[in-house]
Amino acid sequence: MEILGLLGDGMALSLQPLNILLIMVGVTLGLFIGAMPGLGSVNGVAILLPVTFLVPPGSAIIFLAAIYYGAMYGGAISSITLGIPGASTAVATTFDGRPLALKGRASLALVTAAIASFIGGTVANILFTMFAPLLASVALSFGPPEIFALMLLAFATFVGLGGDDIPKTIFSICIGLVFAAVGFDQISGAPRLVFFDISGFLHGINFLVLAIGVYGIGEMLWTLDTTRGKITSTETKMSVKGIVDDSKEGMKRGWKGTTIGSFLGFFVGILPAAGATPGSLMSYGVAKMVAKNPKEFGQGHPGGVAAPEAANNSASTGAMLPMLTLGIPGSPTTAILLGGMVIWGLTPGPRLFVDQSEFVWGLIGSFYVSNFFALVINLAFIPLFIWMLRMPFTILAPLIFVLSVVGGFAATRDMHDVWLMLGFGLGAFFLRKFDYPLAPAVLAIVLGPIAEPTLRQSLLLSSGDPMIFLNRPIAGPITIIAIILILLPVLNWARGKMRKTAT
Amino acid sequence: MSLTKRTFMTTLAASALAMTGFSGPAQAFEPTKPIDFVIMAGAGGGADQIARFIQSVAEKKDLTTRPLVPNNKGGGSGAEALIALKGASDPDHTILVTLNSFFATPLRQPNLGIDIQTFTPVAMMGVDPFVLWVHKDSGITTFEQWLETVKGMDGEYVMGGTGKGQEDSTVVAWMEGTFDIKIKYIPYDGGGAVAKDLAGQQIMASVNNPAEAKGFYESGDVVPLIAFSDERLAAYQDVRTVKELGHDFSYYNQRAVVGAPGMSDDAAAYYQDLFKTVYDTEEWQGYMASESLSPLWLDADQQREYWSTQVQNHKDLFAAMGE
Amino acid sequence: MRLGEIVTAGILALFSIYLMVESAKLDVGYISGEGPGGGAWPFWLSAIMLVCTGFIAFNWYRKTSPPSRSEDPVLDEFGVKNLILVGGGLLGFIALIDVISMYGAMALFLIYYVRFLGRHSWWLTLALAIGLPIAFFFFFEGLMRITMPKGLDFTEPFYNVLYDIIY
Repeated sequence: MEILGLLGDGMALSLQPLNILLIMVGVTLGLFIGAMPGLGSVNGVAILLPVTFLVPPGSAIIFLAAIYYGAMYGGAISSITLGIPGASTAVATTFDGRPLALKGRASLALVTAAIASFIGGTVANILFTMFAPLLASVALSFGPPEIFALMLLAFATFVGLGGDDIPKTIFSICIGLVFAAVGFDQISGAPRLVFFDISGFLHGINFLVLAIGVYGIGEMLWTLDTTRGKITSTETKMSVKGIVDDSKEGMKRGWKGTTIGSFLGFFVGILPAAGATPGSLMSYGVAKMVAKNPKEFGQGHPGGVAAPEAANNSASTGAMLPMLTLGIPGSPTTAILLGGMVIWGLTPGPRLFVDQSEFVWGLIGSFYVSNFFALVINLAFIPLFIWMLRMPFTILAPLIFVLSVVGGFAATRDMHDVWLMLGFGLGAFFLRKFDYPLAPAVLAIVLGPIAEPTLRQSLLLSSGDPMIFLNRPIAGPITIIAIILILLPVLNWARGKMRKTAT
Repeated sequence: MSLTKRTFMTTLAASALAMTGFSGPAQAFEPTKPIDFVIMAGAGGGADQIARFIQSVAEKKDLTTRPLVPNNKGGGSGAEALIALKGASDPDHTILVTLNSFFATPLRQPNLGIDIQTFTPVAMMGVDPFVLWVHKDSGITTFEQWLETVKGMDGEYVMGGTGKGQEDSTVVAWMEGTFDIKIKYIPYDGGGAVAKDLAGQQIMASVNNPAEAKGFYESGDVVPLIAFSDERLAAYQDVRTVKELGHDFSYYNQRAVVGAPGMSDDAAAYYQDLFKTVYDTEEWQGYMASESLSPLWLDADQQREYWSTQVQNHKDLFAAMGE
Repeated sequence: MRLGEIVTAGILALFSIYLMVESAKLDVGYISGEGPGGGAWPFWLSAIMLVCTGFIAFNWYRKTSPPSRSEDPVLDEFGVKNLILVGGGLLGFIALIDVISMYGAMALFLIYYVRFLGRHSWWLTLALAIGLPIAFFFFFEGLMRITMPKGLDFTEPFYNVLYDIIY
């Protein structure tokens, strides 16, 4: 019960007038930062550092948590309304969020996303509060072979996500994985695939450059082309009753996805090398698998919005765990946070919960409070985003292009990447015409940089013996499940064939 | 405000000019736009933490009229950052936080065409020592015991580090050469990940900066065996140095700031002054103490000298490693 | 479409070969005791891409994929015009960034798109073309501390004044 007392103190701190104000400002700011393609919680947290010196450290932490939560909610907004995933964690949200918006149900998608995020964040907070030290040791037991097995599982869960054309889907996955290898080989330390010795390729191809190119430019050109530039939005005006109805429908059809996302997202999120993106992808994949009618996923099913959104909020909270308990940043955002903690004179690591319990519980307490306010403020802003969608397309389109270019630059601050993004956009436009699915490439470029080094680290550990993925207690079962899932379509196909020949 | 010798001389010269009636741009340099504060490592690494710490100190004390804007360019072992500095469009507003890849990367990748002596020295903020760590469950408590174990494993002893050609791998290679041992070296993408996998016993030992392993040391998960510093570290008084074993070797990671090639003298003087001020703050001194950095302030000329010796050291080390 | 399908597959096959050649600059084999070399991952994945383009060509021959059956042109008259006007506008936008700065290029692009492609009133066009860059400037430079490209030197005095305002 000591924990509850400490948590109560933490929450009480968040509820002081100055701190409530900071939470409101932080959440709103975070919401817009997250909604801006190319910017994410990492930028939000970076602006926090100077603020830390204006307010007491306790309030600074609260402000930080507010921005962090706001940005996590905001990621879904650009995925749904613009069709551009603003952060890698929100890619899966576009799969069903975008179709819903195109059907004129953007408000349903946004409301579902907000509620699922809230539930995901809350579940994660509760798990965090109760099991933090225990989970830290789980995170430690995940070495390179376990992380690679997990990546394999992530790939397995989205095997069915591509189009019907199998060679084109495989092509798309592979090109994403190859682009992920551009830059620098971590194992041998040698530059790799630096095309024409252009130095911009040395830092690799950022996920956002490909994602904004494909969705912000390629998809937009394609939409203009296929609709002859005459898109009309069927979005209805928002009312309070509309929001209430949408939340009822969203939860009725999305509760399964939300539950899966909340738990799966958290457990993947606490692994320092994995993070929120694999968590949200796997949750989407699993939600689709267990759905009564998996065919509805991808056509605009609220469950397909709820699962990744619950997962990425839950995972982002989970990602705080290795940072606080092990001092290992699981994401760039937590890395900057870690720097901030050093500046405040705290040493993240196994002793933090003991030596600085007031800080830790203040932070966790502010998570609960920020999460709640993020939900309320997000719901309040939904009419604004719907109103944006009702703008004439000849205004919305240039705005999306401008956001894409600005976001493409902001992601890496390199003009090289803006040109690359335009190239990807034009390439994606033509590939889209010929039915190449591009979502697999975008996902692969996120997972590639995790999968390749862990594969090779594992093989170095085992002196080249691939059995290392099977004979370790945690990696083994995960690998076997992944292989079964990958082979499942083949098995089904073979069974169908056999039945055919039998009859 | 503290004056370095150099700014003092510049001011003197400037006033002399003013007195003799010249009306040159004698006013010292002030940045007119945000300063591009390039970091030679990705977000979250040791160098990144230091850069952000410096930025926040400058911000807190309101030391600059324009903000320092951190810009991570860690690609290609720092090659990306060096190329960015070399081609900086505005050298007076571009500075770089460096580590030892400042010396090593141009040596290992001569085709980059980087001559580090063309860069402008700004400030040496301190050096980060390296320590050899093992997990407490290994039962090893002394360096001799460790050597014995490694020899007994015959090439199967697993260590983690941040990659071939990176700072810690240089130390590992030195140990292999000096003590005639064989180690299996697994590269990770950052010192923090190495420390974590040591604590989780995925690897058996690591060469980490004290800052990276500190959390696990305080919780008792990892044990320091030996330091690769000139003198014993204040926070690890009972950890011996390799020098005490009779080997003339020490290796530090530099935490320094340099300016882009072609930076004007006035701008260089401005930044030297700025970072001297940062160096002398209570915050930076406290940071060095808590993270076990060794203080080492060098002025511009001493830095150039330091660069020459370091380039030579790295050449010798690489030659000894057979590269 | 039918012609386009096979041409695209051909270009992608060539691209896969190019990627394989680039990857082969590093070790692509399996080093005994160490696992795959530095180039192996991209090399073999590019090889799979090449095989895929082979299957795509085979499906084209059998006419099993929708684009290989379609006789519609890849881009009709509207498509070509759309691509040139919008894609070209974007190209101009990005090319101008290094000349007249991100904000200047953004303003011109908005005028071009909203006024000339969208045929909206000058009032609305100018409101967007002036308001948006200013809002972006304060958001990115002031709040987010992200410096956007400033173009050639002649924009400098202008931005120095703005910086004096925000810092």
